[in-house]
Amino acid sequence: MKRQLLSGPYLLWMAIFTIIPLVIVLYYAFTDSITGAFTLKNIASLGTYLPIFLRSVWLSLLSSVICLVVGYPVAWTIAQAKPNHQRFFYLLVMLPMCISFLLRTLAWVSLLEDTGIINQLLSRIGIGPLKLMRNSGAVILGMVYNYLPYMIMPLYTVIMKIDPRLVEAAQDLGCDSAQVFRKVTLPLSVPGIVSGVTMVFVPAVSTFYISQKLGGTGSTLIGDVIESQFKAAYNPNLGAALSLALMVLVLICVAVMNRFTGDDESVATL
Amino acid sequence: MSKELIRLANVSMAYDGEVVLNNINLYINDSEFLTLLGPSGCGKTTTLRIIGGFARPTSGDVLFDGVRINDVPPHKRQVNTVFQRYALFPHLDVYENIAFGLRIRKLEEEEIARRVGEMLRLVGMSGFEERKVDKLSGGQMQRIAIARALVNQPKVLLLDEPLGALDLRLRKDMQNELKRIQQQMGITFIYVTHDQEEALTMSDTIVVMDKGEIQQIGKPEDIYNEPKNAYVADFIGESNILDGIMIRDRLVEFFGRRFPCVDFGFETNEPVDVVIRPEDVDIVPADSGHLCGTVTNVTFKGVHYDIIVDFHGFKWLIQTTDFQPVGAQIGIRLNPEDIHIMKKSKYSGMFGDYSSYSAEYDEIGDAEMAEELEEEQE
Amino acid sequence: MRKASKVFTVLVFCFLYLPMLVLAVASFNRGNDPVVFKGFTLSNYAALFRDSVLLPLLLNSVIVALISSLMATVLGTAATLGIQRMRPGLRRFTMALTNIPLTNPEIVTGVSLALLFAFVGQAMKLKSIMGFWTLLIAHVTFNLPYVILSVQPKLLQMDENLTEAALDLGCTPFRAFWKVTLPEILPGIISGILMSFAMSLDDFVISYFVYGPNFVTLPVEIYNYTKKPLHPKIYALFTLLFLAILVVMTVMNLLQARDSAKQRGSRLNRQRKRANIVSGGN
Repeated sequence: MKRQLLSGPYLLWMAIFTIIPLVIVLYYAFTDSITGAFTLKNIASLGTYLPIFLRSVWLSLLSSVICLVVGYPVAWTIAQAKPNHQRFFYLLVMLPMCISFLLRTLAWVSLLEDTGIINQLLSRIGIGPLKLMRNSGAVILGMVYNYLPYMIMPLYTVIMKIDPRLVEAAQDLGCDSAQVFRKVTLPLSVPGIVSGVTMVFVPAVSTFYISQKLGGTGSTLIGDVIESQFKAAYNPNLGAALSLALMVLVLICVAVMNRFTGDDESVATL
Repeated sequence: MSKELIRLANVSMAYDGEVVLNNINLYINDSEFLTLLGPSGCGKTTTLRIIGGFARPTSGDVLFDGVRINDVPPHKRQVNTVFQRYALFPHLDVYENIAFGLRIRKLEEEEIARRVGEMLRLVGMSGFEERKVDKLSGGQMQRIAIARALVNQPKVLLLDEPLGALDLRLRKDMQNELKRIQQQMGITFIYVTHDQEEALTMSDTIVVMDKGEIQQIGKPEDIYNEPKNAYVADFIGESNILDGIMIRDRLVEFFGRRFPCVDFGFETNEPVDVVIRPEDVDIVPADSGHLCGTVTNVTFKGVHYDIIVDFHGFKWLIQTTDFQPVGAQIGIRLNPEDIHIMKKSKYSGMFGDYSSYSAEYDEIGDAEMAEELEEEQE
Repeated sequence: MRKASKVFTVLVFCFLYLPMLVLAVASFNRGNDPVVFKGFTLSNYAALFRDSVLLPLLLNSVIVALISSLMATVLGTAATLGIQRMRPGLRRFTMALTNIPLTNPEIVTGVSLALLFAFVGQAMKLKSIMGFWTLLIAHVTFNLPYVILSVQPKLLQMDENLTEAALDLGCTPFRAFWKVTLPEILPGIISGILMSFAMSLDDFVISYFVYGPNFVTLPVEIYNYTKKPLHPKIYALFTLLFLAILVVMTVMNLLQARDSAKQRGSRLNRQRKRANIVSGGN
């Protein structure tokens, strides 16, 4: 009985459509776009894009933190509700993700435009049109809006599984509710925080649509640059080098994040 | 005389180079209740899985009715298994669980209904046909698991620690029940357990195992009264095990004294292990005993007291119905039939010394057992 | 404290649903610009059903989503069954492989597949092979990990003895799979299918890099569209989609509720048993 063999087709598929493409990315990153010869030119030119990389990391980190701060109380509140209500609230968190994020982002455009819905409402009470779009703030808003559910879901899963007896034990040992939170609930939610932050950070740092629609000229992100190398400028070799850098960046961030959990990781899987 | 049904000949088993079974030789008779007894990791479950066809021995033969069945897959063997934690199919109700094997064999619906009904009566669960299996208690699941196996009329029923997850009272009831079912059906039961009391109560034959090897095969009384080595003596019941020298047939020396005994067949002056069961020791006044010692610990056990007595620095466990206070000087007498002599083995010196005795000894055992069960359940 | 957090949660939900509200209102708008409400109408919905561009695109999306989720489910379920029997080293490797598409940014997955297809296209001396097949392959690839991650827990949860019990009772290994293993892991398979179908239907980033002009999916078209103003029938389409998804997710939720109620029951049993062992021992 060789049940292992059932994994064969899958491994083959993943080798062809995951491993080989990454090898090709590597190949393109180190070759010249015209001659096809080996070159370090693409990698060397990455330095030019450093400010954009830094901006991407900065904006998506900020978004992750905002998602955490906003998402934690929500996840906590849902976890305290009655089990049937919990399921309903959870559904409510997931639902927006099922609608094309392009359209949801467009809806934000309608809301934030200079002549948009919010500015129209503001003008009725005499506040002049505010510049709500085409800036980094709007990009962060877009990221937070789009990826907040990714933060709430793992947080909720972890908080829900915290044994209520632990909270009671902490109270029994003299903790007030703030201390219970700081000394028991929060440390036990670390795995959820880590996976939430990762799940927000990774798509945020590589987005190009949100920044195109909501950002201004000063908020170009690394995703925009990669996209334009393939869809506009057509320099796939530079695009490959940028993708490679982005991948390495994300891998490092994920590795650093997982450091926080260490052995606690098993808690998340229990 | 019942005939031989299953034979394991020179069976060895290794996983990734680690030896789990080492040269097992065993035969099992028709209609016998045979128990494989030993601590976890001794190879008893592996032996059972080899008989059931879920594991294939690395070397050696498995014979059924004289035919080699090493390569026969489980679904073609005339044996059925009652699994640890029952393994009832959660998506089927009680009736369908029991009918499962019969449906595979494409029996007539009427025949199935008749046999399932019969089995439910046998295990005392008539009326539970429509019940979901996750709505049953542990004891009820146990009965259904037995019915599901027996309905296929196997020649051999394999039972893998079937009572392990039940509480003590239920376990005792089920022991009697299983014995009754086995006698009623007249088929062979091969039973795996780590509980020596269970093994002694139910079995016709006990196979004591440790570290992948068979230590002793015998009737319950023989295993208890005539353990082959220190391991068996310690695993089955409580034993004081001392170093002794066999002076000649029927005379042994320990603690500097010679005692008459009933064992023979050793070399002159052969070093031996001497086993003295705690309940066999007679307590007498200090001046009229063979040996004289000081009571260092007393624990009330209900029927009797466990007392620890220090003889020249070697501590014995003695069970007595008469209370002896700590510090009392007592004497003991040993009759020849209370002394059992064993050849030295690799287990000599490892068991049977109560110097580090603590009153919790048996509770530790239970805690270990509970832990094991928990591990299995995770 | 509790009250404040409840109020806050309600506000966050308002934030999450505000854009949906904008879309829904826009779908009933007489005008084209969602910003200016020119009066209530259902004509956008009527236009949607007469539309000859949007509906075929939606059909394209559904076809890719359907086929890719089915393929991923078959491949992924088989893989999960095999992974369970692997040696620890190989298993760790396989799971690491599974994690690559999950941790990699979508844009990198898209770009890498685009380069692969361009490479193959060049090798085949074709101008471009981008189209239905490349989309399908890409979608299967990013769906696979979701299938594995939703089937695997069910398989691990399942008592290994169940399969052996079926063999013991006379099933061939294949039959044992159909009669015992499959019913046990079915909830995982179903949620794997639904999840990958939803992911696939909604995918834009990866599709954007591997689609061809001959086969466009709805999200890609919306992206290409947005240079000009959107027709409100698109809002109508998504309002309907939202309702459809609401129904699907409610059904899924009810299934899960049943499932977890069952689990709670068995956990309780286990606790009871454990308590019995402890009290029996003393």
